[in-house]
Amino acid sequence: MLNNYFDQYGIIGLFLITATLVPLGMLLVSKLAQYIKVRPHNPSEIKEGMYECGMRVDSDRWQGYNLRYYYYALLFVIFDIETVFLFPWAVKYGVLSKEFGVSVLLAMILFLFVVTIGYVYAWKKGDLQWK
Amino acid sequence: MNTVLDSVVFKFIYCMLVSSDECANSFKIIGSGFISEKYAIIGFLITAFFLIFIIVNGALVGVLALIWGERRLVGRFQARLGPNRWGPWGIFTPVADAIKVMFKEDISPTLSDKFVFILAPILMVVPVLMIFAVIPFGEATFLTDLNVGVLFVLAITSTNTLSVLMAGWGSGNRYGIIGGLRAVAMLLSYEIPMALAAVGVILMAGSLSIIQVIESQVIPYAIFQPLGFLTFLIASTAELNRSPFDITEAESELIAGYMTEYSSMKFGLFYLGEFMATIASSAIIVCLFLGGWKGPEILPSHFWFMIKWILMICVFIWFRATFPRLRVDQIMELAWKGLFELTLINILSIAILMLIWPDPSITELWIMTGIKWIVFFVSLWIFGKLLGPKPLQKNGVARKIVLQK
Repeated sequence: MLNNYFDQYGIIGLFLITATLVPLGMLLVSKLAQYIKVRPHNPSEIKEGMYECGMRVDSDRWQGYNLRYYYYALLFVIFDIETVFLFPWAVKYGVLSKEFGVSVLLAMILFLFVVTIGYVYAWKKGDLQWK
Repeated sequence: MNTVLDSVVFKFIYCMLVSSDECANSFKIIGSGFISEKYAIIGFLITAFFLIFIIVNGALVGVLALIWGERRLVGRFQARLGPNRWGPWGIFTPVADAIKVMFKEDISPTLSDKFVFILAPILMVVPVLMIFAVIPFGEATFLTDLNVGVLFVLAITSTNTLSVLMAGWGSGNRYGIIGGLRAVAMLLSYEIPMALAAVGVILMAGSLSIIQVIESQVIPYAIFQPLGFLTFLIASTAELNRSPFDITEAESELIAGYMTEYSSMKFGLFYLGEFMATIASSAIIVCLFLGGWKGPEILPSHFWFMIKWILMICVFIWFRATFPRLRVDQIMELAWKGLFELTLINILSIAILMLIWPDPSITELWIMTGIKWIVFFVSLWIFGKLLGPKPLQKNGVARKIVLQK
């Protein structure tokens, strides 16, 4: 028998292998059906072109796109790190607050306060608005 | 922490194969335990693969059932019959769908990035299937009980974002890229309220293991912390790309968003992944907020879990049938200006209540629940005032246009 701690993760690993095989197998069956002529395969230029209402496309796809999600991605990194800090605090809060009292809460409020200043700044700058 | 052998099903099959001390007082039939303890690892692998096989197939059958159920229910919601031709009550419609989607012509666009194009649908299905590994389906019926279960679920669902962006980018289509970029913005934004709402649960449970979260629920957390439940529900609806948050695939404006260029089984995998995500997400909500397998003892725990699970899925279908689609800016505003603060209020109020009552009895728990409901209504009222629709300005532009017409 494996170590009790790692056999849980061993099962996750086995599950990952199986879960990867499922979509691969489905794609494979669908692909094999093409060889026995069950699945049709009649490529043409227009069919394989970029889909835009069925007309022939005369431009390339590489053109400017407005990456409006960029600010959100930056903010996401900051606030996701905040949640990363919140998780261990939340797990041990019940135990620690009995021992150290209100100081455990005050420490987290101080941290949240610092983050909230940044949040208010981003709101005032208009970064939370989809433009 | 539970070990794998605390799971009744796992122990039953394992002890059929292996003769070891752990199986001393378990049920046995004649001839079982033919693998000696030296090769116990083989028995472990066979048992694990057997259970994984059952769970994966159960998930796939569940998807078929959900496709049928959703179409029937939405049909009823819209005062029509829904699919009813193929089999009794149209029960074979999803099977016909699956066969059709598998044997359709596969188109690979010339402008696409081939590797990313094929990898994206696979990446959509794998993480969703992985969620099923940590769900406890009943009392002492689970595959694994990770000590970081909640974190595992939150981490593995965020892979979804990557898959959507890869699909949008790889297919080399303008609709696809617009849908993919919208999806990234939305999924990233809603991940934060989702994680923060889960923090509220973990505060009370004092553990990240899903089974211990369920065991800690004397009052289901949906009743105990309505603010956390509401935010988690909204955030997971958005994470699922389901209506009313389906801007990423909005048929009327973006064809199908990131799925535009996909056909045949590759499209089928996206379809599969989305429906499976609904099932998995409902199970997670049941575990975290509705008390998992707990219930009055007139029914076995597995039935309670199933009932809650199916009801939760029906709630998602109900959402889809009821709410109109939100605009992109409204969705972003809801996530960043509304849900984010609501979850912080939820966390702080629980932390303060836990300071006042460190070891709550049942009566104290109900008092805490009452205070939480007051906080719920007050904060919703305040944020409704802040973010709700503004009255038209008397001399503003909008007013003038209305008058001219």
